[in-house]
Amino acid sequence: MSEFNQELDARGLNCPLPILRAKKTLNAMSAGEVLKIIATDPGSVKDFEAFATQTGNELMASSEDDGEFHFLLKKGD
Amino acid sequence: MSEKSLTIIATKGTLDWAYPPFILSSTAAALGYNVTMFFTFYGLQLLKKDLSLSVSPLGNPGMPMPMGMDKWFPVLGTAIPGMQAMMTGMMKNTIKTKGVASVAELRSLCLEADVKMIGCQMTIDLFDMKHEDLIDEIDLGGAATYFEHAGESDINLFI
Repeated sequence: MSEFNQELDARGLNCPLPILRAKKTLNAMSAGEVLKIIATDPGSVKDFEAFATQTGNELMASSEDDGEFHFLLKKGD
Repeated sequence: MSEKSLTIIATKGTLDWAYPPFILSSTAAALGYNVTMFFTFYGLQLLKKDLSLSVSPLGNPGMPMPMGMDKWFPVLGTAIPGMQAMMTGMMKNTIKTKGVASVAELRSLCLEADVKMIGCQMTIDLFDMKHEDLIDEIDLGGAATYFEHAGESDINLFI
């Protein structure tokens, strides 16, 4: 996976906590910076897609690795 | 992106029903929605400083119970004293082990995200509730106050 500026460990958290934590972390970041999120909630795959579409933050990557879901979100303007 | 808005009328005061309004409100706020919640009747329980919410299997055939009890345990048995406390304890335990947020946590996340909360004045009078028992961040109002927000809102839900 490519470079990121911050990492958020959302393992073990269930809906809607991964999204809420990600939003909070993004708030403290600058436009263009990339946040990596690791989650175990399978629902978060669709939810991060929907989050990105609705908030103008770009979902650069979404992948699964051994039961863990990895996301790269680039903060929008 | 233009700002959308959501209003929710929360009318229920049990542990299970506390989740939908707070989950939807906190998520909508994270998506950039302007959110207003109106708490009326039993929903006002969700605004208490001291949240002591319960869940009951009584009259709720959809509630899963341990050992498949929801299939064979007599309905009247769910009215046994202590049953509600036991089921509430088990539900809270499950909530914790599954990584689901507590109601108090979701409520503070809503407040942090500037979700506007309005308590129904009529319900407070009706049930002789005390203002000081409710969290400080709320406004009080009535149906007209609700419509002031609902009339301008993209999504209005009654829960």
